[in-house]
Amino acid sequence: MPEQVQTAPEQDPEGSPAAHAAKVEVASLYESQLTPILAVQNMSFAWPASAFQIGITDLNVKSGEHWLLQGPSGSGKSTLLQLLGGVLLPQRGDVRILGQSWASLNAAQRDLSRADHVGFIFQQFNLVPYLSVLDNVLLPCQFSIRRRKEAEKGGTLVDEARRLLTALGLGARDVQLRRAARLSVGQQQRVAAARALIGRPSLVLADEPTSALDADNRDSFLEVLSSEARSANTAIVLVSHDTNLRPHFERHLTLEGGLC
Amino acid sequence: MRSLLTLAWSSLGSRRFVALLTVACIGLGSAMLIVVEQIRTEARESFTRSVSGVDLIVGPRGGSVELLMGVVFRTGTPGKGMTFDSYRQIAGLQGVTWALPLSFGDSHHGYPVMGTEPDYFNYFRYGRSQPLAFAAGNPFTDVFDAVIGAEVADKLGYQLNQQIVLEHGLKASMYAAHGHEDKPFQIVGILQRTGTAIDRTVHVSLAGIQAMHADWEDGRPPEAFERLSAEEARLLVEAPERISAMLVALDQRAAALFMQARLGNWPAEPLSAVMPGPALLELWQIVGVAEDVLRGMSWCVITVVLAGMLTVLWSGLEERRHEMAVLRAVGARPRHIFLLIVGEAFLLTLGGLVVGIFFATLTLSALESTLVQQYGLSLSTAFSGRTFLPLFAGLLAAGLLAGLLPAIRCYRRSLSDGLNPNMGG
Repeated sequence: MPEQVQTAPEQDPEGSPAAHAAKVEVASLYESQLTPILAVQNMSFAWPASAFQIGITDLNVKSGEHWLLQGPSGSGKSTLLQLLGGVLLPQRGDVRILGQSWASLNAAQRDLSRADHVGFIFQQFNLVPYLSVLDNVLLPCQFSIRRRKEAEKGGTLVDEARRLLTALGLGARDVQLRRAARLSVGQQQRVAAARALIGRPSLVLADEPTSALDADNRDSFLEVLSSEARSANTAIVLVSHDTNLRPHFERHLTLEGGLC
Repeated sequence: MRSLLTLAWSSLGSRRFVALLTVACIGLGSAMLIVVEQIRTEARESFTRSVSGVDLIVGPRGGSVELLMGVVFRTGTPGKGMTFDSYRQIAGLQGVTWALPLSFGDSHHGYPVMGTEPDYFNYFRYGRSQPLAFAAGNPFTDVFDAVIGAEVADKLGYQLNQQIVLEHGLKASMYAAHGHEDKPFQIVGILQRTGTAIDRTVHVSLAGIQAMHADWEDGRPPEAFERLSAEEARLLVEAPERISAMLVALDQRAAALFMQARLGNWPAEPLSAVMPGPALLELWQIVGVAEDVLRGMSWCVITVVLAGMLTVLWSGLEERRHEMAVLRAVGARPRHIFLLIVGEAFLLTLGGLVVGIFFATLTLSALESTLVQQYGLSLSTAFSGRTFLPLFAGLLAAGLLAGLLPAIRCYRRSLSDGLNPNMGG
């Protein structure tokens, strides 16, 4: 489908440059609405010398959707997240980010695409301990021009980082300038969320981001994450074993024994 | 690139103690290298420039190196000297173009005083046959006239017609006890800078040396009642009995070997004659070997120090796996990780180099007076770009090279470790 959309302007040989441009504009809008942010088809993966298989038959994450991928401990959730993020490639099947298969890209292209389009949140140790909270949030903008430009749309980079931190409940200036290592775990996860969201990536991949938090912290964390992601139109795919998270997500997929 | 350096800087800041220790080690190592290199450069410079157009230096029988150092670098009286009669006879030998007597033994604020003839300023050459030139004034004519070198004038702030008091003995520490304050000298000339020992010399006439010591007996200062006034001393001046050494120029250079042998068998007293060119070369070669050894050792020290830095960076990698995974997860490519580690090595080496230059400057200023007095080596703390730019560049390159190994390891591992900081351990 995306290939058809991309070739559409070329079917009109007489088109003026302006009309051409307009069509490209329409086409890319069309594309962004119809192409899933993340598409998984008949994917399976097993570590060498392991009989245990991780697989997803069909998953389509559309723009702005919030997904919970649920599975018991040991069902290969972290590995799955690496497959979705193009860190690992599946042995069979296909994982596509914005219509582009991870497998069709070389390692450098995957790195670039990931930096541009995907934010990550992990269970713990998300931050560079010696940088300030603010500098941690700004890190993705140092490695992705696209995300820097996107973050600069409303003002300066620092303004945007402060806005996100404030929205996530870290509005105090002294907290924002504190070294990341000196924050509580709950605060660190919020900083990680702000960092994953800066520059409006298409997708945030989260691996058990709440497992180190208590119930209150967990719920408020998910609330602010969801609402910020919604306002940025960023899709979320979160993997967790915790069934308490279900109410925060409109879409669910259960991983059972490594196969779904 | 700039943001990576900032990142490297913050990372080092978080390991401040180890980083500062490493910088200090690199600093000490490079300071050693810089000091050795500076002494080498300056020594060669002052060796090759110091004397020209003199075919033989003649003095009392003894080591040729001692005679050479004493006369050319003014490091002290060469032995007990020679008789003035011998000087006169040698000066009158056939084939001798000119001869100049030299008399050492006094000083002024640590600067050596040399007694000679006014012709010294006509005959003496340094560097590439450059004659001595006066910045102000003229050669001495009166008994109590003095001509000072450029450095003496600069450092002590002397001007023409100023009165100065010379001190007995060469060491600055001795002058207070036995001054010649009753017979002051007047500065009648200031020489232009030559970059040799001449800059540090106070030149007076042989008569001046005589007059200063007219009331001395056997190298002992006079009792109060024995003292003579300057005017009385002036009247008593006669030709000296002994001088320290003499310079000889020959009509034909080729005759130098023959003349050297002849003076070596001087019937009246045991003398030595040294050809300054070959002797300087020989001395330089001896010094050169020691210098090469020092230089080699300095590079060994640098190697050890950089290996230390490598160890610090390498051992830090294990505990930094989380950090690298985090950086990968926020979009850092493996090459960024590589550059981060290389950047840290670069900053450590650069910091070490800056500290090294500072240490070296301190050391050189501390060594300066000793080296000047003992070996006649004048040291500047101004590092010439031609010598030191390649050296500094080499040090930085060596530092980067030492950073490559941990950087490659970190690069490789960042490829296999993935992005999840909770998996790496």
